[in-house]
Amino acid sequence: MTTTTLAVLVPLLPFLGAVTGLLLGRTAPGFVRPLAVLPTLASLVLAAIVAVRQGGDAAVDAATELTPTGSVPVELALHIDGFAALVALVVGLVATCVQVYSTGYLRDDPRYPSYAALVSLFTSAMFLVVYSGDLMVLLVGWEVMGICSYFLVGHYWETPEARAASIKAFLVTKLGDVPFLIGLFALATDAGSFRITKVLGAVAHGGLDHPTLIALLLLAGVAGKSAQFPLHTWLPDAMAGPTPVSALIHAATMVAAGVYFVARLLPVFEASQAAMVVLAVMAAVTMAGSGLAALAQDDIKRVLAYSTIGQLGYMTGALAVGDRGAAVFHLVSHGAFKALLFLAAGVIIHAAGTNSLAAMSRMSGLRDRVPDAFWTMTVALLALAAIPPFSGFFSKESVLGAAEHVSTGHTEHAPAAAGWIVLVAGLLTAVLTAAYATRLWLLAFRGRGAETPDHGRQPLTMTVVLWVLAVPSLALGGFAYRSLPDWFDGRDLAPTLATSVLGTGLALVGGLVVHSAWRHTTARAARAPLGAVAAHPGGDAGLVEAEAIATHTPAYGDVASAPDPADPGRLLLGPLHRHAATGFHLDAVYTTLFVRPVQTGASLVRFLDREVVDTYVRGAGTLPRWLGTAVRRAQTGNVQTYVSALLAGTVVLVVAVLLVATGA
Amino acid sequence: MHLAYPAVLSALLFCTGLYGVLARRNAILVLMSVELMLNAVNLNLVAFDVWLSRTAEETLHSGQALTLFTIAIAAAEIGIGLAIVLAVHRNRGTADIDRLRDTAEGHESAPSDEPADDDTAPAAEKAEATA
Repeated sequence: MTTTTLAVLVPLLPFLGAVTGLLLGRTAPGFVRPLAVLPTLASLVLAAIVAVRQGGDAAVDAATELTPTGSVPVELALHIDGFAALVALVVGLVATCVQVYSTGYLRDDPRYPSYAALVSLFTSAMFLVVYSGDLMVLLVGWEVMGICSYFLVGHYWETPEARAASIKAFLVTKLGDVPFLIGLFALATDAGSFRITKVLGAVAHGGLDHPTLIALLLLAGVAGKSAQFPLHTWLPDAMAGPTPVSALIHAATMVAAGVYFVARLLPVFEASQAAMVVLAVMAAVTMAGSGLAALAQDDIKRVLAYSTIGQLGYMTGALAVGDRGAAVFHLVSHGAFKALLFLAAGVIIHAAGTNSLAAMSRMSGLRDRVPDAFWTMTVALLALAAIPPFSGFFSKESVLGAAEHVSTGHTEHAPAAAGWIVLVAGLLTAVLTAAYATRLWLLAFRGRGAETPDHGRQPLTMTVVLWVLAVPSLALGGFAYRSLPDWFDGRDLAPTLATSVLGTGLALVGGLVVHSAWRHTTARAARAPLGAVAAHPGGDAGLVEAEAIATHTPAYGDVASAPDPADPGRLLLGPLHRHAATGFHLDAVYTTLFVRPVQTGASLVRFLDREVVDTYVRGAGTLPRWLGTAVRRAQTGNVQTYVSALLAGTVVLVVAVLLVATGA
Repeated sequence: MHLAYPAVLSALLFCTGLYGVLARRNAILVLMSVELMLNAVNLNLVAFDVWLSRTAEETLHSGQALTLFTIAIAAAEIGIGLAIVLAVHRNRGTADIDRLRDTAEGHESAPSDEPADDDTAPAAEKAEATA
């Protein structure tokens, strides 16, 4: 088969799997698990073959136009360059791992068939985004991911948190998607085509009339999808979904779509210096803010969610300095270790019966209960904190190196200001990242107190996957940074000495500061008993997690934080802790700015509908009702009266006909 | 015989029947009046059939055929009608049309058109009406 055929099959197989799974889910439950895992696995294999055949050489392009659609044609097009081939590989790997993991995680879930089908559909949409060579087709995948995310975040729709989170995720991403759509139209109008190759060709010849406007409109969609400030608020709340969903959607793939999109169309953004500076500022605010917020969260998954936002900030930072190689490098390595972090967190939540770090810090022996999760999570956290030689170190250093390169004014791709912004924010975030990674590790695995209850061994499907993902988290960066430039733009991704020493040093500082703070505070833990554990520890992991999420607010007073005096994050952040725990009150600001006005408008509309429009409707009904009452009086029940009326009517009609016929 | 005689006779019969249908109280008499009207029509049919077939080359005497048809229908109709009247009389003890007003507007809430000395309770009457 040709590379094109294989590439078409990659998104098609999970799609067919999803459709079959939805149709057969109830009638043939035995097929659900194979239908979930096998198409995704086949796609992974095919994506690997496509990647090998493509090999970082000239891009594979294929296009067919189904039907003329008016002015600008919409074509079914593929555009597979090194970026697409590698990102598809990561998507396939993570999706396969998540599907395998889900078979164990949602073992007893009654809604598993629809869940697995939606995950397959989501995977297919992400493949479509990655391979598509036409912006409209890309948008289709983009929006399908949005709706799948809505359904999957709301998987535990019995809990109000999940319902609210799914609606929030949908609305916030849509808020970005509307400008995104307008931006795509503007771009296609300027470039005369939706094809990525033609758009890039038009950009190269300076064919864009409004580069800044287009870039800013597109950035809104990217910010929504990739959870960048100010549209990032949906991501921490989306942790109300099952953990595998968080791993797949909110760590490795969907949020990566925005970054990937900018990487594909980077020349469009580079055409506008203003857009690059906006991108840099967005990345910097996102990185630093999310780092602080992650340090204050109590829910282990919310820590990881804020960390995802921060790492995506690194990627957009790399894009802001015009180095898409570094951005996609970090995307790939982050996809591996963040998926691992989430999946390990799922195992930990299952074993501990709680998602609260405060409660975990009062349990001893958690790491002996789940040794696989402990070791793999340690690897992933080291990768997250960018400690050499883990893969996160190389990818993050390539970002910092690119920023440093730009800040010294060596390139015309991006303004030096963007370089400085990204570099400073990146170094600051390196400290914060190491700090919250250390805090998470210490609180989860070095707890002191009562022995962790023993819930038996974790399912094999859940632990094997962790080790599969631990391999790229450990070794991908070190082995790949020399060969990856052949796949990308050819720019060097090797870490430079200055940023490596600086970045690693800052990371060590962050880790050590948290460690000393933890030693200082851990004595207080025994004096402040805290903790609530799920009621059904024997249930499958999905049930335990749903209960943990549902009990967090009643047990600790807030979904994000816990009043734990033994938390090293609370000591370090000081008065800032209160604000960081709520994400710097951005939700409250949005409530004031958008939610309240909309609700006021809605109640006004309700008033107008009930009191004004309905009055007219009721008034219109009154007259016929009166008429009806009058006519009803004629119904005497006496047949002879009716017949008399009939006769009178007949006579009148006959007379009338006669008069007309005779012309009188 | 001139056509006017049967026509006038038929008109008189029809008007008599019509009066009976509209004015009589007894259901049996109303049915008899209906018969009168039907026979008036029959008379018309036969008379006009004879009058028309006098000038025509050949005729099927459709008027007379239709008359036979009407007589057959009328026999069936009077049979069913009398059966209904009998059944009503057996249930209600009366065949007075003025008292059979179950379909009147507001009948159930205000059975005031029933005589006060009637021994049938409203509930029982309702059951009969639906039976």
